[in-house]
Amino acid sequence: MELRYTGSAPEREIFQAFHETMEELFREDEKVVYLDADLMGSLKTQDLWRKYPQKVFNTGIQEANMVGVACGLYLAGYKPYIHSFAPFVSRRTFDQVFLSVGYAKKSVRIVGSDAGIMATDNGGTHMCFEDMAMMRAVPGACVVDVSDPEMFSFLLKATKDRPGLTYFRTARRNVPDIYPRGTRFEIGKGKILKEGNDVSIIASGVMVATALEAAEQLEKDGIHARVVDPVTVKPLDTELVRACAEETGMIITAENHNVIGGLGSAVADYLSEACPTRVLRVGVQDSFGQVGPEAYLREAYHLNVCDIIEKAKQALNDK
Amino acid sequence: MSTELELRRLALRIRIGIVEAIGAKGGGHIGGSLDLAELLAVLYGDYLRVRPEEPDWEGRDFLIFSKGHAGPALYSILAIKGFFPYERLHTLNRAGTLLPGHCDRLKVPGIDATTGSLGQGLSIACGAALGFKLAGTGRRAYCITGDGESAEGQIWEAAQYAAHYKLDNLIAFLDWNKMQIDGSNDEVMRLGDPVKKYEAFGWNTCLVDGSSVAAISAAVKRAVEEPDGRPSMIVLDTVKGAGVPCVAEMSNNHCIAFPKKLYEESMASLRKQAEELGVEL
Repeated sequence: MELRYTGSAPEREIFQAFHETMEELFREDEKVVYLDADLMGSLKTQDLWRKYPQKVFNTGIQEANMVGVACGLYLAGYKPYIHSFAPFVSRRTFDQVFLSVGYAKKSVRIVGSDAGIMATDNGGTHMCFEDMAMMRAVPGACVVDVSDPEMFSFLLKATKDRPGLTYFRTARRNVPDIYPRGTRFEIGKGKILKEGNDVSIIASGVMVATALEAAEQLEKDGIHARVVDPVTVKPLDTELVRACAEETGMIITAENHNVIGGLGSAVADYLSEACPTRVLRVGVQDSFGQVGPEAYLREAYHLNVCDIIEKAKQALNDK
Repeated sequence: MSTELELRRLALRIRIGIVEAIGAKGGGHIGGSLDLAELLAVLYGDYLRVRPEEPDWEGRDFLIFSKGHAGPALYSILAIKGFFPYERLHTLNRAGTLLPGHCDRLKVPGIDATTGSLGQGLSIACGAALGFKLAGTGRRAYCITGDGESAEGQIWEAAQYAAHYKLDNLIAFLDWNKMQIDGSNDEVMRLGDPVKKYEAFGWNTCLVDGSSVAAISAAVKRAVEEPDGRPSMIVLDTVKGAGVPCVAEMSNNHCIAFPKKLYEESMASLRKQAEELGVEL
């Protein structure tokens, strides 16, 4: 497909996309509400709080209660979106999310920002490498690792009436544009961003741009790598994953998350039963987070272009 | 409004339903179910605006049972009111049942929220109360919490939230029977004075005798008729297992086996009360 990726700064940052999209949603549907646990400042949405006092609510620093309040609002006929940093709306609230949202089949959208290494200076306490593992384990959940502002905006709108739990994990900024304006996305439908038949790189979130860079460099060595964005890590586009396995024989996954329970696990889980294929996983290797700028953390956790290239070459050698 | 005698009769019928359901299963959460009979009689008798023939009616008040393990109490009144066939009580907690022990909104007509993992219901009630206000309706959210449950931090998050958002259409109850699974509240985790605690959180609070339909009704009436910008917490002074002496006198009646002998003894006591109150069984 035609991409918009140039590697340069995006036209709008993720937090701007969130702001614009929520405002569009408020105009489009009077039942949409947005709750935040004292982190509107991080998304620069305080002006929405002032402008829409009947639609935007600050719950203070009480994430568990925020999930419950969202559930109550849903029962009263509303369509809640809630936000905090990824660790606080996932591991801190997991029982509330699992039972009051998932088990009780309520329609709630949760945005966990500063996913994985994108928590940078907030360090290990705020660095969530396990949120996808938890949310994937909620039956019926939809899990999105946001790879660009356009995709985020589209899916925020597209899941407004989706039953059950929808979980978005995302950075707040420094996510390059991948998709042209107007791109349409579907839950459970991945996208082939670059064709190639030597090896497939299935990457999610901020690793999509990294995978595109890696594929470009591999081209120079005569290696034609296919790059795929699953769009939703759950439900996984198993048809596309299977096609990648059958047509390229080798899979590399790349994620800003622990390799345990995230995208790499999802792909390996499926392929081991449906079409046994070698899957090499680029991702956090069962570690906790730490303080540092993005570049340092990519180095520390081996989430760089060179790490994907190395795995791809290893895969081809083993073929 | 019902007379006091009518409400006492209804409370008795609720107890009989609880004992029948738990007796049919052979055990369950009986203590903290029985002590809610008077409260449920008052709420379903006079205050909750619900339609048994239309459980999902959009104008209804919510009753969120935060202490979800006391499901049998709620199921009993729902069966009496005709939300589902009374005989269904005899399937409580059996494999494949439509009446799981903990409240389930997807399986039981008339249940507004799925509860069982303690501490979550008051938050859900806050969200519902906020939603009712946003929509400009006069709907109310009622919520029943437990004393052991009040050790959960989320209860106090919700307590702060409800006061901040001035949810005076939220009327909550605390079933203060002073007992929990592993012993008394004082042994396990001291609750202190819940009336003062909720007052300090900015709630409209009172303590009433949980075995008196008249006292409960008067407290609910005040909360309903005199909203003052504050949520209401009605603390019910109760005895776990109340109304069935052979259960109430046990040192631990939280979740117990309920063999035939105990069932017969309980029913004999309830039949006697029925006779005294003029309830036909």
